[in-house]
Amino acid sequence: MEINKHYFDTVIIGSGLAGCRAAIECINTGSVAVLSKLYPTRSHSTAAQGGIGAALGNEEPDSPEWHTYDTVKGSDFLGDQDAIEIMCYDAIPTIIELEHMGVPFSRTPEGKIAQRRFGGHTRDFGAAPVRRACYSADRTGHAVLFALYEQCQLRGVRFFQEFQVLDIVVENNSVQGIIAVNIKDGSLHVFESKAVIIASGGYGKIFKVTSNAYASTGECLSMLFRQGLPLEDMEFFQFHPTGLYGLGILITEGARGEGGILINGKGERFMERYAPTIKDLAPRDMVSRAILTEIREGRGINGKDYVYLDLRHVDKKILEERLPEITTFSKIYMGIDPSEAPIPVVPTAHYAMGGIPTDIDGRVLKDVDGSVIYGLFAAGECACVSVHGANRLGCNSLLDTVVFGRRAGKTATQMLKDMQKGRVKKDRIDKTFEEIENLRNAKGKESIASIRKDLQTTMMDKCSVFRIEKELKELLVELEDLKTRFKEISLTDRSKTFNTELLEAIELSHMITLSEVVAQSALVRTESRGAHCREDYPNRDDENWLKHTFAFKSDRGITFKYKPVKITRFKPEERKY
Amino acid sequence: MSKFYTFRIKRYLPEESPSSRWDEFRIKLESMERVLDGLIKIKENLDGTLTFRKSCAHGVCGSCAMKINGLNRLACQTLVKDLPELIEIEPLPSLPVIKDLVVDMTLFFEKNDRVLPYLINDDPPPERERIQSQEDQHKILESITCIMCGSCTTSCPVFWADKEYLGPSALLKAYRFLFDTRDKATDSRLERITGEHGVWRCHSIFNCVEVCPKEIDITKHILKIKRLAVKKGFKGGD
Repeated sequence: MEINKHYFDTVIIGSGLAGCRAAIECINTGSVAVLSKLYPTRSHSTAAQGGIGAALGNEEPDSPEWHTYDTVKGSDFLGDQDAIEIMCYDAIPTIIELEHMGVPFSRTPEGKIAQRRFGGHTRDFGAAPVRRACYSADRTGHAVLFALYEQCQLRGVRFFQEFQVLDIVVENNSVQGIIAVNIKDGSLHVFESKAVIIASGGYGKIFKVTSNAYASTGECLSMLFRQGLPLEDMEFFQFHPTGLYGLGILITEGARGEGGILINGKGERFMERYAPTIKDLAPRDMVSRAILTEIREGRGINGKDYVYLDLRHVDKKILEERLPEITTFSKIYMGIDPSEAPIPVVPTAHYAMGGIPTDIDGRVLKDVDGSVIYGLFAAGECACVSVHGANRLGCNSLLDTVVFGRRAGKTATQMLKDMQKGRVKKDRIDKTFEEIENLRNAKGKESIASIRKDLQTTMMDKCSVFRIEKELKELLVELEDLKTRFKEISLTDRSKTFNTELLEAIELSHMITLSEVVAQSALVRTESRGAHCREDYPNRDDENWLKHTFAFKSDRGITFKYKPVKITRFKPEERKY
Repeated sequence: MSKFYTFRIKRYLPEESPSSRWDEFRIKLESMERVLDGLIKIKENLDGTLTFRKSCAHGVCGSCAMKINGLNRLACQTLVKDLPELIEIEPLPSLPVIKDLVVDMTLFFEKNDRVLPYLINDDPPPERERIQSQEDQHKILESITCIMCGSCTTSCPVFWADKEYLGPSALLKAYRFLFDTRDKATDSRLERITGEHGVWRCHSIFNCVEVCPKEIDITKHILKIKRLAVKKGFKGGD
């Protein structure tokens, strides 16, 4: 076995918005390597459509204080208010900086960054929707990702594309580096470093219907969990209300921000009943529940399992200029022109609020007391700061990636001089090599596809928008069974060259681990808050559950500890819109 | 409505054989399913060694460009109902094949690096955003939708003959900055793209326009670069 060894002061996993933004921060101090299992600009950040939030006030009066309030309320009061405040106030210089870096934002008639309405973003603490989402048509993620990647190129950041991370090595309370495989030729690479920043994105692929890319499988979270580190608030997974029926492809909330409305089988604008003040622009958890409630009560379109997103009354020019991408998606994948016919939509697994716990500077926490793993950072969707709490507001995810990507990069840079160079021990490399070789040569009787399909189906059926004890318990039994089946997995591709079957097997193994954490976390939280809706515990229970879940792996299975929510300005109140 | 399709796929498995071969798979697909769905079904049920790139599966990441019935397209954006029963799939032409439908795109991306593919403006930034009129932003609107899938450059006969040629994708990237009112590196960028293997090599064959999955009129953008180059006194390299 030949090992290729590398040393970089900072190694970043993932080349989406958080990874690229962190790299820009780190490149001025020390050497930086960014690894991606895709070509960098193929990262799923590129699929973000509607906008990035900042109270610029370009279209109407706005303030970061209102943005903070909306985010706290949107989080169903589970978000940490110190972190939220940082994000909402940092938002303004962050967006301006992105513009200076070249992001081609859409413009107002005066030539400023254009802004539009988005779910849960209001003026005057909930009075009415406000134009806060800065956008580049409905390709905002693509526009920001390209600009950040281009700036990385300009600054000479070294990218290792199509490298799959196999292990993140944490020993003696410090990160030592990572082990990865070059997908192209199957060669093993060890990257030792002082700092590792995980910016690996989400894991929507554990669900059957999702807006997420095939690459969104979450293995980095699982790698930390398996070595005893906690994952925070994993029960909170966001279902975006408007996924294309049957496919789950995202139709941006910006469509409703530009005037689109949801209608049921009776032709009613049903959101008026669920959120009388801001109606279709209510936060995603509420709209997703409303859609599924309509469907359950027989008011889907023709009694079926979808509703309509109606854009027929929206000015054609707005569709062409501000929503061209979703117009194209509807035409290609559904054969529907949104200016002439309503779009069939259904909630789609979209965003993980939970993840690797970090402090406000991106340092990875190893426990609820705030103690950290030295040199290890996380930012973006894989991380949980927590700014999104129990439910993320639209256009706050892109903001989170750049604000906390920058902060993680900055903190890593400041700590470099005091940090030791990591060392990845031979036995750890041998173990990783052995695992991947065993998998590559696996000759069992189970196929990857059938295990994955069963996993995604049962997670969708029993752990998506509505949850209940009985089903969650059944789910956990099924997950045990899937784990057993995975041991009997069989691969047909035994080659070293671009072995995507092997990668899928690695991803699947981690997806099962993560699903278990999600399901177990959902079972223990006996209340309903934000995206976590327990039908057997329909109310929010601040007395017992105003706290973050930390899930740990132990000999007794998954165990839990809890961390209090940081509440500064806004006391929990009933969440009505 | 579902129907049987025959996927005829050009295979190359370097660890099995130094030469390529054609394999045929017969699978049933719904009319609204995509070529990518077909490839995934084959990989899952018929042949796990079949190899292709994929990620977003809805035409925004650019991973799954390949030659489908003679045209470069995204497998995730091509519905089987729009194709005949026999679907013939090859890797993108004129790049080295790594395995099956996966090509080595290094050469393609390197071209991009040659056009200074980033906003350059050394003026001290203003406190707020740089002002750009809607009209000016619209000038780059089409060009910024490029997803760098490689369909255009690998369909270009000039590139087939001259691997040094920048090609439509890199020239479109150059356009994106040349016509961005915030960028200040017009001359140095024109300098880089008006050499022997640069913009003058484009003979307006329009293959790139025909295949672009984002429907960008790339040739129109290249013509605008030529006009700007002439205006700025950059002469042809031929």
